[in-house]
Parts: sequence; C-alpha cells; structure tokens
Amino acid sequence: MSEYRLEMRNVSKAFPGVQALDNAQLKLRPGTVHALMGENGAGKSTLMKCMFGIYKMDEGEIIYEGKPVHIDNPLQALNLGIAMVHQELQPITERSVAENIYVGRYPTKKVLGAIPVIDHETMYRNTEALLEKVHMDFDPKQRLGSLSVSQMQLVEIAKAVSADCKVLILDEPTSSLSQREVEALFRIIRDLRDEGVSIVYISHKMDEILRISDEVTIMRDGKYIGTWDSQDLTTDKIITHMVGRELTNLYPPRENVPGEVVFEVKNFTSINPRSFRNISFSLRKGEVLGVAGLVGAQRTELMEGIFGVRSTDHGTVTYKGKELKISRPRDAIQRSIAMLTEDRRATGIFGVLPVDDNVSIASLDRYLEMGLFLNEGKIEQLVQDNVAKLSIKTPSTKTLISSLSGGNQQKVLISRWLANDPDILILDEPTRGIDVGAKYEIYTIIASLAKQGKSIIMISSELPELIGMADRILVMCDGRLTGEVTGAHATQEEIMALATQFE
Amino acid sequence: MQATTQLPTGRKVQRFITNNIIIIGIFLLAVVVSILRPNFLGESNIRNLLGNTAIRFIIAVGVSGCLITRGTDLSAGRTAGFAACMAAIMLQRPDYVNRMLPNLPQMPVIVVLLIVLAMTALIGAINGSVVAFFKVPPFIATLGMQTLVYGIALVTTGAQPIGSLRKEYTDIATGYIGNPIVSYIAIIALVVGLLMWTLYNKMRYGKYMYAIGGNEAATEVAGVNVSRSKVIIYTLAGVMYGLCGFLLAAKSGGASVNTAMGYELEAIAGCTIGGVSVNGGVGRISGILIGVLVFEVLKIAMQFMGLKSDYTYIVQGLVIIIAVALDLRKYLAKK
Repeated sequence: MSEYRLEMRNVSKAFPGVQALDNAQLKLRPGTVHALMGENGAGKSTLMKCMFGIYKMDEGEIIYEGKPVHIDNPLQALNLGIAMVHQELQPITERSVAENIYVGRYPTKKVLGAIPVIDHETMYRNTEALLEKVHMDFDPKQRLGSLSVSQMQLVEIAKAVSADCKVLILDEPTSSLSQREVEALFRIIRDLRDEGVSIVYISHKMDEILRISDEVTIMRDGKYIGTWDSQDLTTDKIITHMVGRELTNLYPPRENVPGEVVFEVKNFTSINPRSFRNISFSLRKGEVLGVAGLVGAQRTELMEGIFGVRSTDHGTVTYKGKELKISRPRDAIQRSIAMLTEDRRATGIFGVLPVDDNVSIASLDRYLEMGLFLNEGKIEQLVQDNVAKLSIKTPSTKTLISSLSGGNQQKVLISRWLANDPDILILDEPTRGIDVGAKYEIYTIIASLAKQGKSIIMISSELPELIGMADRILVMCDGRLTGEVTGAHATQEEIMALATQFE
Repeated sequence: MQATTQLPTGRKVQRFITNNIIIIGIFLLAVVVSILRPNFLGESNIRNLLGNTAIRFIIAVGVSGCLITRGTDLSAGRTAGFAACMAAIMLQRPDYVNRMLPNLPQMPVIVVLLIVLAMTALIGAINGSVVAFFKVPPFIATLGMQTLVYGIALVTTGAQPIGSLRKEYTDIATGYIGNPIVSYIAIIALVVGLLMWTLYNKMRYGKYMYAIGGNEAATEVAGVNVSRSKVIIYTLAGVMYGLCGFLLAAKSGGASVNTAMGYELEAIAGCTIGGVSVNGGVGRISGILIGVLVFEVLKIAMQFMGLKSDYTYIVQGLVIIIAVALDLRKYLAKK
C-alpha cells in the first residue's frame, strides 16, 4: 500500500488554443484535506475534471490505491469511490431532495418477484439518515427548488457523501454559503477526514484554506508549482506562489492620455441580492479601466447590468453628464456603448453565418438604401477594411466564422462593435482562450483605440494583463467594489489581497 | 467550410450523397417511373405537378421563416384552410341559390384577397406575439392556434363545403400564359419566391432572421429587436398561408374546413428536405423550392405506380422523419 490514496502524475491536457494542464500533478494522502489553489484559469478545475472522468487527459496517469487506473467517465470514478461536488450545481429543482440524491441509482425492490420498482420508503429512510449525518434537517420529500441556493449546495454535498466515497472533490463549495453554513460544512469535512476520506478542497478564500486544510498544492498556468504543509504557509506566501514572479507577456507602450470624465456609474445595484451592489466608478475619455476579481466577483454581471442584459434594482449611469436609461442592449448601443461579451460562443458569434454577416449584424441600420435594401458594396467594404485593419486571418469574408481560430473570432467580434463607432467599449475577458500571439494583437488594438480617445473598460482574470494595459484597476470581491489601484504601479499581490477581501 | 475543402474527393462525394440522399433517391425514383410510365412526363402531369408545387411552395416559404429562427408553425395548414373557406364564401356565384352569405355584396377578387390576407396576417401576428412576448414554445403556441383556427373555420362555415365559385376567381387557377405548363399559379409562386429571396438576402429582415436562428442571445446583445423581428416573421408567414389558401380554393373550385389538411407537415418536410435546418440559422429559398418539388414528385410518382393513397401517407411520414434525422445528423457531425 502506497503512502498516497491517489496520485495524478504528469497530467497534460490541451484545448484548442490553450494548454490547460502542463505536467500537472497531485498527491492525496488518506484522511487529509488537501487544498488546491491557483488563479482563475490555473487549471484546478480542469485537473479535477480529469480525475473525475469528465475530461480525457492527453498525457499522464492516475494511481489509485497503488494501482494505475483509467477513468473514462464519472460513473467509473464513482465506482472507484471518487465523488465530486461541482462549482456549478446541476439541481433538478422540481423533484424532491431524496430523488436528487439518488438520481441514477434509485434503490429498487421487486414487485411480484419480477418487476423492479423504485423503493421510495428505503430512499426516504436512507436520505433521512444521510441528512442527519451531515447535520441537515430538511424533509427528504421537500421539493429541492424550495431550498435556498446554499441549502441546495449542502444537499449536493450530502449526495457526494452518500456515495461512500474515499476521495471527495469540493470545487468552491463555500461560494454561496453563509458563515454559519460554512461552519456546518467544515464540521462535515472534519468528520469525513477523520473517517479516512481524502478531500480535495478548491477555494480562493485564504483564511478558509489555512483553517481547514492539511496540505496545499498550488498551480499556475496549468503547471504544478509545489505542495506545502498548511502550517508552513501564510496568505502572503500563498499569493506569491500563485501569481509567480516572471512576466511572460509584453504589452504595447501606453500612448493614451486619459482626459475628462465622460462616463459615471453610481450606486449600481442588481435585483439579485447576491450579485453586484452599490457600485460607483467613473471612466475618462481615452482611458483603459481594468476590472479585476475572482470567479464569482460579479464583474460580468455588473457590466451586463450596465449594458442592459441584466436587470438592476437601482443606480444611475451617466454619459457626458446625461443620465442614460438602458433596459436592453439596443438602448446601450444607441448611446454609443459596445460590449464584447465574455462567452464568445453563447453570446458572441453566429457559428452558422459567415465572417461578413458576423461583422455587420450590429450596424446594418447604417448601410440602408432607400431605407430598405442593404448596400452590399458598402458592407463588403466595411468588412474588408476591418479584416485588413485588425489583420483577421480568414480565407474569405464568406468563410464561416466557426472555422476561424479563437483569436480571429475575437477580432471579428471586436470589428462588429467598432463598426458602430462607439465611444465606450466594455471588453469582458477579451483575450480568454486565445493564443499568445493573438493576445498581443488584441492588446495593440485596445491600446490604439484608447489613443484615439475611446474609453475602455476591460475585465480580465489575468492580472499581468491588467497591470500591463490598464490605467486604473477596479477590484471586485463578492459583488462589492473593494478597491482601486493605479495600473502601472500595481502589484499582483495588492490586487489579490483586495480580490479576496470577503466580508 | 475549411474542413470540407480539405477532404479528399471521395469523402466529399460521399458527404454530398448522404446530405442529399432524399433528393437523389426521389430523383432516381422519378427516372424509373418515367421509363415505366411515359405519360409521367406528359404535359398534363407536369402542369399538375407544377401547380401543386407552386401552392405548397408558398406555404413552405411562409413556414421557413419560423423554422430558420428555430421556431415552427403548426397552424400553417389550418390557417390556409381557413383562408380558403373565407375566400370561397366571399366569392360564391351571385346566381347560386345556396350561397352561404346571400346578402354579401359582390366584391372584386383582389379586394377579397386583401381581406383574406389581412385575416391570416392577424393570425400570424398573434402567433408571433405569443412566441416573442410570452415566450411560449412555438410548437405549443402554434399547435394551440391550429386547433383554434380550425374551430373558427368550423363555426363560420357550419362544417358545410363551399362551392360554385365565381369564374373570375377560378380563372386564376386555370389561366396560363402561352403553354398550359406556365400557369398563373406557377407565376405567382415564382414572384413570391423572388420577393422572399430579396427579403432573405438583401434586407435587414433576412439578416436578423438568420442571426436569431444562429444565436438568439448574441442577436439581442448585438442590439437587434428580436421580439419585433419574430412578430414580423410570423405575420408574414400568416400572409403566405392566406395566399396559399386563396389559390387552393380557386384551384379546387371550392373549399371546406378540411382544405389544406396536413399542409403544415408537408411544408416543414419540403423545407427540411431542401436544407432548412431545424437547428436554425440555415435555409435558402432555392432549397425550399427543390425540397417541395421533390416531395411532390414523390407523391405523384407513387400515384403513377398505382400505390393506394392510403399507403402514400406511410411513405410521406417516413420521408419527413428521415429528412429531419439526416439534418440533425449533419449538426451532430459538426460537433
């Protein structure tokens, strides 16, 4: 029997355009809580999804209880005794708590000695015992949808526990829990640990990590950085390991000169109480304003609120001294605001349409003849100009956008917005999922737009990128604005400290 | 696209055949039938084929807008049937003793057409509004409308067939220019096709329609008024059904509540065979024309081979399912 319950060795995994894992490793001892840490995109969730059989590793091996194993799907992982609580819950809200816990493996009994039917009595009885074990007192028959998000999260944890697992992966389990619920969760985790379960705990919250974990493995850019005993670590040491020292990307020189304030947001608050609240900031002409924060900091939600994709409870947006009423994206666009959304696939590209339609869709009103017919010559000119200006690599303007690389798709989307000649551009993770060369091209585009006097808001989870590009950086944590730093002089440590300032 | 061009010729041919298997199969069937039954290519049969195709093409073009935006319209056939009844009621011969509305003044045919189109446009607008504003799935919204419109047709006609139509009206169906093959109906369908082609390819209407079908959330983010676009698309679809029903009553010399029964499925089948994807965002007018034509060829070929019409339903149903399955298979392969 080896010293470790589970070992992942030399794991590599590439997605189109990104090396998500590069020789990563993880060693879990029995009966310990092992924290896995790293910035957004460091590869923590990807590594866990490889362990749980959701992703297939390109390279690497998993040694489980001393024997190499192949895990091709979650069912195999569960059969081995590996359970996972996902960051994004997948609850079946219209069914009962018990059914959610036992979905896919309902206890059955035979009627008339032959016909298998679901044994509801056993299911409810087991659920009750299970809920008791994890110190929760819901009725197993309660509809899951009637619980709060945090209660659903606890049910999800109970579900993982019910599988009698030997390895339990918790991916950001406390992101929606209150302090009291976190304490309850910690009690469950300690109980399980004492029973010999190995727990992988992914979180950004330093104080939690230092309290609950025995060992900490830190990752950066898909690589393994190291494993330490928690007692030997401090918040500062963790941050230093997480952000690293070397600056791998270069940025174009700053030639923009921020001018007068043109855009102001005051007391902006979401209708969702867990989302952004009381946000106030201003934006200058020709300025690049960075927005930093961890996953769940509600940066995207805030920007989508400003752009009219999401509803807000109260707060004002003013542009050149005039208050704007924005209730849908169309309103924002007509007031010279553009927004490059975070999820290119879901809210950006039209995969079934060619490059030219993807560029022109938001500005067709500008290319009408007699108010009816599209001026195809002018549209083609617009597309050609943009293809040249942003050096979009495409065989032709009639090529389907889905066959271009991520970086070129992103440039097509940027040109869609530039076609409307906006004054304010909101760029949400503009370089996500694109390769290093294309990133630099996007930086150059952003820098030249700022130089032309456009005001730019840039959300990014890559701190070096924000420090390299932004004039000022706003930092958000858990829906609040926790601070502002000057772009050129900021340090990653400073930003991380603000980004982890949980209440 | 890139991927396709890099494929070796053999694979490309293979892919072309799988993607168009129904069209190729039915074409081969037509060749066989025309050898076995030479009058399959006779003038009267071709005229009949083109006339049927023209009427179904108009309704299919209407449905195509809904399909391209990832919706559907199951009320198409009943709306056309309702339009046929309304047109027939208003255009019965004045000397016919059993007129349904004896006191109705004689109106010019064109006025009746406009009234009918206004009625069906309203039906379409209601469909579109329910889909766009109440977010009712198009399948359910238009299924409800199908039954509703059928009910209205039953009530207004008292379930009686309406015949003895005015000659100026039925002349639309029998008239032709030069050769009987070049019927007025075929010409009307051609003009409709050209207008719709312009709308789909040269105007914002089409660009927004394809964008909504391709990615509705992205279309909204791009500042397009998605709800308004959908209402317009369903309204125009209603107009197409109205025109279809109007021509169908003229062609049949009468109408009943069962006129255009099942046309919505034939229209959806024609669209799908012609390359309109039920996954949205894809579909061309020329493809719809081919799809509808091919489906009509199939029906007439079966008739010529002496297959009882009861059996042809089984074949038609199969073809519809295969067409959609093949379409979805294309989409799956892309993933």
